This record gives sequence, structure tokens and C-alpha cells, in this order.
Amino acid sequence: MPVSYYIILASTLFCIGVAGVLTRRNAIIIFMCVELMLNAVNLLLVAFSKMQNIATPPGGVIVNGADAQIFVFFIMVVAAAEVSVGLAIIVMMYRNVHSIDINFLNRLKN
Amino acid sequence: MDITTIIFWFLSVLALFSAIMVVTRKNPIFSVLWLIVVFFAISGHYLLLNAQFLAVVNIIVYAGAIMVLFLFVVMMMNLDNLPVVNKNTWMKFLGVISGGLLLCILVSTSKSATDMNLKTIVLKDGDIGLIENLGKVLFTKYALPFEISSILFLSAMVGAVVIGKKES
Repeated sequence: MPVSYYIILASTLFCIGVAGVLTRRNAIIIFMCVELMLNAVNLLLVAFSKMQNIATPPGGVIVNGADAQIFVFFIMVVAAAEVSVGLAIIVMMYRNVHSIDINFLNRLKN
Repeated sequence: MDITTIIFWFLSVLALFSAIMVVTRKNPIFSVLWLIVVFFAISGHYLLLNAQFLAVVNIIVYAGAIMVLFLFVVMMMNLDNLPVVNKNTWMKFLGVISGGLLLCILVSTSKSATDMNLKTIVLKDGDIGLIENLGKVLFTKYALPFEISSILFLSAMVGAVVIGKKES
């Protein structure tokens, strides 16, 4: 499978997440779009870890890709911690403002 | 057409369609459910790349734990009678345009990297994604970051409790 397929797939997923963050006003959906972007990057990292160079002759150096998958594992760890804190913040925001629309968060404006 | 190629296209179309459904659904519960479909499609991609450990972790952590947390929060809040603030369609249009422009930039940049496009990705072969090899690397070379991440989890747990606590 050519590597460009995975690049296009992951960047399309990422850009759907970006468009979701920019268009939606619901804090939970924005948060989910951030998760979508994280997963797109994870997918591309795993795909790159299995990348093999055709141009190198047989017997050439094959880079061990286990580091990339460990990196993806740590991204998942950090994402889990981030989700727990972020959802706590959203719950606190709902308790204070009685809404999760981010247009209500304009107290810093004036 | 190979069976792995068919599976690749099926999973890609499923992931993209579900991602679009996540963004466009009005009800947050449907968004959560479609996001679970996206995570399963991405786990299928991991299986296709023979990264079995990451596929299982992705299902357990993302589709299992994180999405259940999202569902809890969505169902805990009473989202039916929210006051509707200004619905700005112009902003939505601009957001979609900027997302599409970012996609154009990323795709054209990756197209211009010519030595990258010669490379290919090995499907369903290779053993770096198995639990044995990843565990060896994780507990020898990356033992210190592993321990630090446990401290990160502890601080996240304390932070979530402190933030979510009712002020007396």
C-alpha cells in the first residue's frame, strides 16, 4: 500500500476534526473533534512505523518501528488523562453557566 | 483486487463517513456513537497494519473507557432545553472553508515530497506490533517515561476530583 494513501486518509480525518472544532459551538462535540484529530495522528504514526523503503537494496538497514508504536501508546495515555480533566472542566462549566455552549464563555472579552 | 486492499478501502470509507457524521449530528449522543464507529474503524486499520497491541488498546481505552465517560457526561446534563444563542451560518461556512484549505495544503505538501512517495507500507506482515516486542521495548528503553506517565495519571485523577468537586 503506498504511503500517500495513509497520509491522505489521516489528513482528511484531521481536517474533518479541524472543521468540526471551528464550526460547532457545543463544548462536548468540540472535545470529541479533538479526540478525532488525535486519532488521525495516531493512525499516521502507526502507518509510518510500518514504512519500508523500496529504494534500499535488500540487506539494507531496516529501521525498527517499535519506537513509533510506543509513542502512539504514550499519546493514548496522555489523551486518557486529558479527557478526564477536560470532562471535569465541562461539568464545572455546565454547573456555573447552565449551558455547554462556548458562546457563553465571553467573560474575558470585556 | 486483493482482500487487504478491499478491507483498506472499506475501513477508510467507514472512518471518513463516520467522522463526517460526528461533526454534523445535532444530538451529542449520536456524535458519541458515531465516534465509537470511527475508533473501531481505526482499530481495524491497526489490525491491518499488524499492530495488534495498539488495536486492542485503542478499543479498550478509547471505545471502552473514554467514550463511556463522554456518554456519562452527555447523559448527566440536561441538554434538551438549552438556550439557543446566535446561530452564525457565516462562521460555519468559514470553518469548513479553512478546514478544506488545510487539507489542500497537507495533501499538496505530501505530494511534493517525491522520495516519500516511493516508499510503501507493509500490510499484515512484520512483528514489531506484537505485544512481546512492544513490551520488551517499553520496559527497557522506555521504562522511565512509563513511570512518569503513572504520575501523570495520578495528577489527572486528583485534578479531576478537585475540579469536579462542589464548592461548599
